Amino acid sequence: MPTPIDSLLIIVPAYNEEAAVGGVVRAVRAAMPGTPVLVIDDCSTDATHVVAREAGARVLPLPHHLGLGGCVQAGYKLAFELGYRYVIRVDGDGQHDARDIPRVFEALRTSGCEMVIGSRFVGGNGSRPGAVRGLGIRFFRMVLRPILGKAVHDPTSGFVGVNRNALQVFSKSFPLEYPEIEALVVLQRRQFRFMEIACEMHPRTTGRSSITAMRSIYYIVHVLLGVFVNVLKFDQRGRRPATRSSVKPGKS
Amino acid sequence: MDRLLNVMTVFSGLLLLFVLVSVRRAHIRVEYSVSWLAAAAALLILSRSRGLLEGAAHKLGLSDPPFALLLVVGCVFLIMFYRFSAIISKLRDDNIALAQRLAILEYHLQTLRDGRTNG
Repeated sequence: MPTPIDSLLIIVPAYNEEAAVGGVVRAVRAAMPGTPVLVIDDCSTDATHVVAREAGARVLPLPHHLGLGGCVQAGYKLAFELGYRYVIRVDGDGQHDARDIPRVFEALRTSGCEMVIGSRFVGGNGSRPGAVRGLGIRFFRMVLRPILGKAVHDPTSGFVGVNRNALQVFSKSFPLEYPEIEALVVLQRRQFRFMEIACEMHPRTTGRSSITAMRSIYYIVHVLLGVFVNVLKFDQRGRRPATRSSVKPGKS
Repeated sequence: MDRLLNVMTVFSGLLLLFVLVSVRRAHIRVEYSVSWLAAAAALLILSRSRGLLEGAAHKLGLSDPPFALLLVVGCVFLIMFYRFSAIISKLRDDNIALAQRLAILEYHLQTLRDGRTNG
């Protein structure tokens, strides 16, 4: 597979998203013509992989259900092996607006940041999560602020673009459950930079979120523990030279 | 006290027997049976040796020897649970890495097949 300097792969992790994934793939292909789209099918029990193929995506079929982190990491591993320089992740439930992908890609190419997050809160685009999730997001903003050294407005966003440096790190080490927040800390420990850009977020029209109200407490405890483990896991070998600026001001 | 020690003797004897049968039937691998067998044997010896148990209770500052036995049982099982958690975590990591590798290989295979069909 050719790997030009600006090669981009769009990955779509999906589990039982047959109702939404076809539309997501078509929207991504319309927004980014010619860019390969890879749906990572987390061993769905419905026709997700068939629908994704019919819509024009390549499919990476996992042999059994790994959960979101394992699913996304499989996509990162394949992208890294194939030599892609950039990967943008779009969720398979149709909540992310594919028309924002070109701006995320542009930011990835020009900002020098290792990660670009599509944020529903930067620029105030009107999209608001539910009460419990909103509280969780506010809580993690507070927790992450001193760890990351800068504010992150939407730490749970799954609309994320990474460059090859981050891809290399994530293909070796990626949180397996609820990966978004921990992934930020993993990058911070290596003095990588991130930025957020304003993106639209649509309400989910099909299926249900894996994080129910009951699971929110488990989510918070699990992610908090993961964050602190990553903070403590100071990998000297993985760090960049100290001469490089660790944090680039967020562009919003 | 005697009744509790007798119960522990029967329990540890059954545990020993159960683990041995499980190993024989290949339900448990030999390397993972060692800690169970050692724990069961330790319990059996402690529950049958009053002098040893009273010595242990004295060293631990406990007035009642059966408490020493329960404390030892608790500690042994906590250590074993920790050990098995570590083993399960490693197995899960290996399993995820294997599943991802398998999926990637299948992807490459499909790409080759598609190339042949189209070319």
